[in-house]
Amino acid sequence: MSTPDLTAAGGHGAVPVEGVPAGHRSETPASRTDWPLWEVFVRSRRGLNHQHVGSLHAPDAAMALRNARDVYTRRSEGVSLWVVPAAAIVASSPDEKDSFFDPAADKAYRHPTFYDIPPEVQHL
Amino acid sequence: MSTSTDESTEFIESTESIEAFEALIAADDRIEPRDWMPEGYRKTLIRQIAQHAHSEIIGMQPEGNWLTRAPSLRRKAILLAKVQDEAGHGLYLYSAAETLGVDRAELLDLLHAGRQRYSSIFNYPTLTWADMGAIGWLVDGAAIVNQVPICRCSYGPYARAMVRICKEESFHQRQGFEILNTLSHGTPAQKAMAQDAVDRWWWPSLMMFGPPDDESPNSAQSMAWGIKRFSNDELRQKFVDMTVPQSEVLELTLPDPDLVYDDESGHYRFGAIDWSEFFAVLKGNGPCNEERIEHRRRAHDEGAWVREAASAYAAKQTARPTAEVA
Repeated sequence: MSTPDLTAAGGHGAVPVEGVPAGHRSETPASRTDWPLWEVFVRSRRGLNHQHVGSLHAPDAAMALRNARDVYTRRSEGVSLWVVPAAAIVASSPDEKDSFFDPAADKAYRHPTFYDIPPEVQHL
Repeated sequence: MSTSTDESTEFIESTESIEAFEALIAADDRIEPRDWMPEGYRKTLIRQIAQHAHSEIIGMQPEGNWLTRAPSLRRKAILLAKVQDEAGHGLYLYSAAETLGVDRAELLDLLHAGRQRYSSIFNYPTLTWADMGAIGWLVDGAAIVNQVPICRCSYGPYARAMVRICKEESFHQRQGFEILNTLSHGTPAQKAMAQDAVDRWWWPSLMMFGPPDDESPNSAQSMAWGIKRFSNDELRQKFVDMTVPQSEVLELTLPDPDLVYDDESGHYRFGAIDWSEFFAVLKGNGPCNEERIEHRRRAHDEGAWVREAASAYAAKQTARPTAEVA
């Protein structure tokens, strides 16, 4: 039996992977010709900060909010939602990871565990 | 001269990138969208996530078939919620795929053109209400076994989408079991209906895990990349071991005369799978292949005016302040 190349790892059953197109790389993923992409943030309950949960496409902010409610809070996962145009997010580059975050790397003295305190000292 | 300098710099950078990628994989850490990744890794993930997303949205159809005929309002509300979840799962997955630099619109075009696929399991028809039970219990049960390990996939956005999906699938499986449990402990006709559904869905569910390990050339690379965590046969065995005791509670039989518990290994041994059926359905000769894709295309085309209206409204809202100033 000649077996085509298949993968079952994608959930509901084995699908072929041989000769399957993988789409075209878009240069500006956040400003595609489809509706704009919005990043969705959910506050799961009062006292917690909003947390990124995913993204969606919507023509405008009002639709983005409604769709975010339906896609990301079907089980009361949130008490507040933010939608942010993905194109408006400025991110640090993973390429400059080392140089960008280096200034913090050699400052262990910013952590309380850096200091030698006699063990008998309490409440410090 | 400057060109050669550029090239050598690029080479060093890419060697560093490859090393950084390999180090993250070796440490079982996560790759995130803006990290450098090998083209093969990126494409493998796009194919897998896209076809996973397609399976979720095509998977709405066999169950959508019973929405208007659910036996009670309770069952109808539950089925509606489940079908809505499948749409949600598709959306989580399309947005995970988009982090790899492809457009959802293009992925849908590839589905509609038949160039990207969805799981063959959805090419089987849903003939009776009991099929809603069998799909939840067996098909979603098998999907959970497949999907739980992907929660630890090396690609961050896919793993995170899968955490959400797995939480929700648990409801899908339990509601399916409940449907079958109610039928199998009901009238003789209801029990027969439940048995018939299990008879039809059992083997296709085992096929969902894909061909045996020795015939799965693609698996090794996916395993090395931390995309796949367990082999097809390991997952299939896990599913069988979980499911057989559940079938005893249902008092339904699984249609396999060779199914037997092996004391020595602690596993259930099962009969040979008819892979010719699997490959026939895969080739497009399943009972519902054409119907599913045709229905999907029609729904997409018939929804075009809604998408256009939403775009036109958004454009008008954006244009308004400028118009008022002028």
